[in-house]
Amino acid sequence: MHSFGYRANALLTFAVTILAFICAIASFSDKFSNQTPSAQIQILNINWFQKQPHGNDEVSLTLNVTADLQSLFTWNTKQVFAFVAAEYETSKNALNQVSLWDAIIPEKEHAKFWIQISNKYRFIDQGHNLRGKDFNLTLHWHVMPKTGKMFADKIVMSGYQLPNAYR
Amino acid sequence: MDWQGQKLVEQLMQILLVISGVVALVVGYATESFRTMMLIYAGGVVLTTLVTVPNWPFYNLHPLKWLDPSEAEKHPKPQVVPVASKKKFSKK
Repeated sequence: MHSFGYRANALLTFAVTILAFICAIASFSDKFSNQTPSAQIQILNINWFQKQPHGNDEVSLTLNVTADLQSLFTWNTKQVFAFVAAEYETSKNALNQVSLWDAIIPEKEHAKFWIQISNKYRFIDQGHNLRGKDFNLTLHWHVMPKTGKMFADKIVMSGYQLPNAYR
Repeated sequence: MDWQGQKLVEQLMQILLVISGVVALVVGYATESFRTMMLIYAGGVVLTTLVTVPNWPFYNLHPLKWLDPSEAEKHPKPQVVPVASKKKFSKK
């Protein structure tokens, strides 16, 4: 500690080390938060259901998504990324997941929402297996922290079915 | 800075930084504000810098007693005599 430069260097190094500790503890504190998210999705209308020229089925839906993701936000949350995926099984693939809609929620206040929208991304199958198909609509979310590990979870809602014939 | 001062500086630096960290964490968690935590910690680091990095007089209360220049001249450093005999030994 005999010179200005020596002391400045020692201080800087120790300060950054302590900063790393603080961020690790802040990230760890997320474990103690009580998370109770809820969501509901309603299919209001099947707008159209066709077989495209390249042979794949495509559906257009109007969805009503209601969700309360406020309990996912902690002091260490930067934003929550939420998306709705349609999941179903075909003879070719055990699991097909098609993302229909997503949103970035930057603040807790915006996390309780109701939105009525037609699918943001196209619902196209690999093939023509969708007639009469049973599928689940799952709301996935990724909680992105300010420091630390991102964690993801979902709510699966089942019981949806596509019509037996093209419209 | 003298030896006692350097020891004091090291201790003060460590204690002040750790306390800044702990206070920042506790207040940030209580107010649920990450920003508050960072601001308090930054403030603590700046405070620690001001206290420990500059050469304040209170770090020099036990100054080292260097020899007076005239006293040093009375006791000159021993001269190193170049040894020429080493070569002779190796030839034998």
